[in-house]
Amino acid sequence: MSQPNKGKGLDPRILSSSLLTLVLLIGQWQFQILGDYQRWALALSVSFASEIALSLWLRRSFPNLLSAYISGNSIAILLKPAAGVWWPFWVGALLSILSKYVLTWRGNHVWNPTNFAMCMMMLLAPAQVTLLSHEWGNTWWTIGVIWAVGLLVVVRARVWHLTLSYVALFVLLAWFRTLFNGVPLRAEIAPVTGAMYTLFMLFMITDPRTVVPGRARQLWVVAAIALVECAIRMARDFDLIASDNPLSFAPPMYALFIVGSLAMFHHLQFRPGEQKAARAAT
Amino acid sequence: MGRPTAPAIPTWKRVVVSSVFAGLLGFVWTQREHALAMDPGRGSAASGIEFEEVSASAGLVFRHEAARLDPQLAHIEAELSTLGAAVSVVDADADGWVDVYATTSATGASNALFHNQRDGRFQDVAAAAGMADLNRPGEGASMGSIWADLDGDGDEDAYVYKWGYPQLFRNEGELRFADQSASSGLRRWINANTACWIDYDRDGYLDLFTAGYFADDVNLYELEHTRIRQNSFEFATNGGTKRLYRNQGDLRFEERTDLLGRTITRWTLGSAAADFDSDGWIDLYVANDYGPEEYFRNVAGARFEEQLDAGLKESSKSGMCVAVGDFQNDGALDTYVTNISKRGYLFQGNNLRRNDLSINGKFENLGDAQGGQLADCGWAWGAQFGDFDRDGWPDLFVANGFLSASQERDYWYQMGKIAQGAGNIFQDVKAWPPIEDRSLSGYERSSVLRNLRGQAWLDVAEKAGVRDLYDGRAVALADLWNRGALDVLVANQRGPLLAYKNVGGTSNGWTGVALHGRAPNISAIGAHVMLHFGARRQCRVVDGGSGFSAQNDRRLLFGIGSETGALTADVAWPSGQVQKGLVLLPGRWNEVREP
Repeated sequence: MSQPNKGKGLDPRILSSSLLTLVLLIGQWQFQILGDYQRWALALSVSFASEIALSLWLRRSFPNLLSAYISGNSIAILLKPAAGVWWPFWVGALLSILSKYVLTWRGNHVWNPTNFAMCMMMLLAPAQVTLLSHEWGNTWWTIGVIWAVGLLVVVRARVWHLTLSYVALFVLLAWFRTLFNGVPLRAEIAPVTGAMYTLFMLFMITDPRTVVPGRARQLWVVAAIALVECAIRMARDFDLIASDNPLSFAPPMYALFIVGSLAMFHHLQFRPGEQKAARAAT
Repeated sequence: MGRPTAPAIPTWKRVVVSSVFAGLLGFVWTQREHALAMDPGRGSAASGIEFEEVSASAGLVFRHEAARLDPQLAHIEAELSTLGAAVSVVDADADGWVDVYATTSATGASNALFHNQRDGRFQDVAAAAGMADLNRPGEGASMGSIWADLDGDGDEDAYVYKWGYPQLFRNEGELRFADQSASSGLRRWINANTACWIDYDRDGYLDLFTAGYFADDVNLYELEHTRIRQNSFEFATNGGTKRLYRNQGDLRFEERTDLLGRTITRWTLGSAAADFDSDGWIDLYVANDYGPEEYFRNVAGARFEEQLDAGLKESSKSGMCVAVGDFQNDGALDTYVTNISKRGYLFQGNNLRRNDLSINGKFENLGDAQGGQLADCGWAWGAQFGDFDRDGWPDLFVANGFLSASQERDYWYQMGKIAQGAGNIFQDVKAWPPIEDRSLSGYERSSVLRNLRGQAWLDVAEKAGVRDLYDGRAVALADLWNRGALDVLVANQRGPLLAYKNVGGTSNGWTGVALHGRAPNISAIGAHVMLHFGARRQCRVVDGGSGFSAQNDRRLLFGIGSETGALTADVAWPSGQVQKGLVLLPGRWNEVREP
């Protein structure tokens, strides 16, 4: 795996992983979000081990483990499986890392690793796997701290426009939905203030490895993600898709799963050189 | 600046990694159905657990009707008015045959007191007894009842808790009851869904613990404002007050809530009293919706201390009930607290708390470790421990399902919008999306969890004949026909009362203990009985209200499996007196009187 920021200052993933660690510490201290530490340890250790093993075996180089750290932590935080079910922690971590080595096109992976693993597990095993689907407590200060630090990170990583434009679009489209679904606007907006969305907006859609280069194109992709999510939500509001359809479980995750990968594939297919340059410049 | 060119990856390596990747996805696919209980090979069938639903033929015909609430709640009334189906077992006329009291909640609808006719049938005598017309305008809706002899006159009196003014009834004999609410000291508006009797000071008089769900100043029928819901999805603290009342005799009570210490106004749905730490003083265990469970240790009758390090704070869920039993036959009373699980949306898991207080001062949650069928029953409500197959290991009956309406339309996604929101959005009902005709975890079958030697659980409901899909709430156990078998009563929200008669063809033996305490607590509520059978022992407590809005038969039925040796019992009476080595006879109810 590359050292994308070597010689160019701090790797933005160091900031991301620092924020993730902060989220973990606050979440576990206040709300016991991890359940227990063994699950966290399992996800993290499988991430590290698989990243090291795959990189050494396939690329003959020792990897930068920041990506694995982010994936392992994200799986531990976002995953809420059925009681007594442990396999999603190691499978999720392994799928995340493997996806980077298998689902590649022109030398670049196409999906955000955690997004891919979570979506596939919810799609294939919804009776045992679900996503963090509710608040952590309801205090604004928790979200405020995460947002404050998170914004510093995304500004530093020059991806703040992705996060903020997604928030703006979510609010706009939430208002649009209320014109039809009869739901109070504050209820329609509420999800974006929650823990899952916070992680989604600060980590997933800003993942430098799976974001197309170019600010304008990035904004188009974010807009497409928001629109697809809105379409899923509208379809669910009007029962066009069933309650047990996985799309209903996590609309933003599947919107990213669909749009993000298509955008990345299209970009790699038609502008492969730009991606290399962008990675080098990240 | 370009990256160094990565070495080309040999094709065979790509094939290997891709195969592992595909295999992993295949593995996930094989997990698409729910994890099964861990069955260690000690039985995979119902093994003697079999029920027949006999409510119609037994005359236990009753249907719960939901309370109608303030018009400001109309858009989510179906989601809010989902409590009140309760059932309690009482021998109201002290004839040795248990009767049944069931509540309904609609204004003008009548509660039922089913008198056991001793011929297999029951007859509703509530109207003549003065126990029917309790859902009057301005008085609130019935939510449940607990029974005990409060004045020592030899028969059990009744406390009916409500979303409204609770009522206390003196049993005047001959199946007649007199409303003593006005003089009882208990008449204050509360929105309660639980209560239990506890002689906390060992003065012989049973005291009362009750707790509100909604805050005490909320009148759901005439709202002053709409910010009445939980102020947090996980850690709500704006519910009703927990209250403790000391019985002064003659059906008068004095509020001693101060003895509970500084308690948090969580949204309590379940409570039970038992001497969990075996110090001779009866403690309290509380289950809270949108919050963690709480254990209050009775400090020598002087006060209660919440045990913050008892291992209950680690998980905040949606506690719906407290069932009490000794599921590993280790002589300590454990608890089972139900929660919510919904495919794709939420897996809270039920908590099976092993009582390790004597070891490390904690309750150890084995819900995860003992299998998915125990933990993820659905939207679980009332539950009770009972040895249905009499094999010597207490099983569990769990009622499931929240709101069954449309078969096609579901509210989980809509509710999820506000469940994720920060701030107090969840609290204001105006912010809630309209529920319309949607279901919310509807059409869920009850679970009959066979205890596999204290190590695992197997849901045998289908094989055992429990297949109804009503929205179960209260579960109460009793030997309804004095046959030496545990029958099950299930009160369903907006549905019928069901009576599951135990018709299992087991050859396992049993023994029963009917305790007669010294007056006034003639039913010996709170007494512990430790049965010794063979190399095993099992502890049970005389129920003063437990599960969700329920109260079991005061008599204790023990399965003894194939044990043919001597049966002895130790009885710890609520007065503090202990009798050891009482010899019990198998196959019969053994009458034991407090010296």
